[in-house]
Amino acid sequence: MNAGPSATMTTPANTTSPNEIHLRKPDFQSAAPAPNGAPDEVAIRADKFDGWYGEFHALKGISLEIPKCRVTAFIGPSGCGKSTFLRWMNRMNDSIVGARASGTLTLDGEDLLSRTRDVVELRRNVGMVFQKPNPFPKSIYDNVAFGPRLHRSFRSSDLDELVENSLRAAALWDEVKDRLKSSALGLSGGQQQRLCIARAIAVGPEVLLMDEPCSALDPRSTASIEQLIRELEAQYTIVIVTHNMQQAARVSDRTAFFFEGSLIECGDTDEIFTNPRNKRTEDYVSGRFG
Amino acid sequence: MAGLPATARARRSPAAIAAAAPANSQVGRRAADRSFLALCLGITSLTVVILAVLLITIWNDGHGRLSWDFLTNFASRKPAEAGVKASLWGSIWVCTICALSALPIGVGTAIYLEEFSRRSRLTSFIKLNIANLAGVPSIVYGILGLTAFARLFGMASADDPITLGNPESFFYLQLPFGHGVLAGGLTLMLVVLPIIIVSSQEALRSVPRSLRTGSLALGATQWQTTWNITLPASIPMIMTGAILAMSRAIGEAAPVLVLGVPLFIRSTPTNLMSDFTVLPLQIFNWAGRPQAEFHELAAAAIIVLLAVLLTFNAIAVVLRHRLQRAAG
Repeated sequence: MNAGPSATMTTPANTTSPNEIHLRKPDFQSAAPAPNGAPDEVAIRADKFDGWYGEFHALKGISLEIPKCRVTAFIGPSGCGKSTFLRWMNRMNDSIVGARASGTLTLDGEDLLSRTRDVVELRRNVGMVFQKPNPFPKSIYDNVAFGPRLHRSFRSSDLDELVENSLRAAALWDEVKDRLKSSALGLSGGQQQRLCIARAIAVGPEVLLMDEPCSALDPRSTASIEQLIRELEAQYTIVIVTHNMQQAARVSDRTAFFFEGSLIECGDTDEIFTNPRNKRTEDYVSGRFG
Repeated sequence: MAGLPATARARRSPAAIAAAAPANSQVGRRAADRSFLALCLGITSLTVVILAVLLITIWNDGHGRLSWDFLTNFASRKPAEAGVKASLWGSIWVCTICALSALPIGVGTAIYLEEFSRRSRLTSFIKLNIANLAGVPSIVYGILGLTAFARLFGMASADDPITLGNPESFFYLQLPFGHGVLAGGLTLMLVVLPIIIVSSQEALRSVPRSLRTGSLALGATQWQTTWNITLPASIPMIMTGAILAMSRAIGEAAPVLVLGVPLFIRSTPTNLMSDFTVLPLQIFNWAGRPQAEFHELAAAAIIVLLAVLLTFNAIAVVLRHRLQRAAG
């Protein structure tokens, strides 16, 4: 799909105030150029991908492409398989007994599903942020430094710099710079979720998977995290699963609509929300079911 | 009415059906509620009363014999000169060895069963059997300890033991172990191991799954997750289990008796092969004598045992509290 500059999806921060929640209108006066001007490369590609939990056929023949350095949203009603598909992308389903997959799922051209794949390195490269913030019961510094310490040995000055940069990238540095050694459990929900994002960024991934990151947060925290996602988009490929269609419209460049394990439609966000090709997509985005 | 098909009868709403049924007696329900509360209170008070009577009787009988001399004298035929020094130190030595050997093995087993093993018939079988072992009478462990440690399955002769090192120093080893503190400690380890394994499993299970998934999602291996996240978070509960286990170990007389320890000892242990006795055995010894003075001595020794237990528990509670606060 050719994405010319007129259909650029990035919403600059000042057009949507935190209190307004509405579907993005198509904006053909592009407010900002494409993030890095690079042609859309594909980060993750799925081709006739099937997933099972034991006998239950959770994902049926999914074929889609996740472009690099863009935000892709997965939407769909509960139980449609979007979180399952997300978890396959960093092989978190390995720990679930009876989970198996077939078909093709590649990251940068390399097969994700092969048994010989180094899952530990894969998970460093493809980070995940969960629905409920799950900071470790350690200090803020140790939370962010935990990931990097697993993979490499650092001098303390380098590690300090890494922690600071990760917290800055997650828009949390100013709020916590005076209390890095205090417990992470003392932060508010929104701060904890940003800490989890900083933690994921600290290991230097290419891809960030977010499983309903804002569903447990209040609107103000949600707004700050959506702002964060738009800022991170320049450097990371982001895939976000969301129940909130308006959020998908605000934040993403491409959207994929799942229903009962199948991919119904995938395309540019504006098209999906204003001019979907499939009747079921149109019913879902206009709220006729959900 | 019964002959008509269901569709022909008008369907009654749940409210209508409920209104037609006779009501339960309100007075009866409230009376039952109150009497149940009274029953529970009565049973609780009974337990407290029994415990109080026990402690008060022991204190009455024994406190007259408590003195610094009591703690520093060895046992003697003369009641005025008898003390618990040998048994107190014997208990301390044996329980230390028990703790040092049971904790790594027990916690390690729990970590394997909870974090690393795959669900299979074999693992379920193992888990079930470990839970059952916690209920085995301790004298059975005594016999096992006698065979396995004291006699080393008959591999070395007791009349002509293999010795390494100098009996006077700490670094002395004798095979078979005979009835030294090492054999006693290892036998008690067998007694407490199932308790530690089960409580450590509970501790590991209590750590939320979300912490483990968060760690794995950052690219940690299972061992890194266990060592850095799961284990530190479960230390308070593991410690509680360890305390319970050691409280049981300190009060065990039967397994030590079966090992064949001499009942009358006038020395404290100097190395792992030394002869020893434990407080419960000393109490048993004195309580079995006909003279009343020895019964008082037994009561005094019980007070000492309870004091050691309480101190141990208190230290562990403080440590656990500190660790919980440090963990955030």
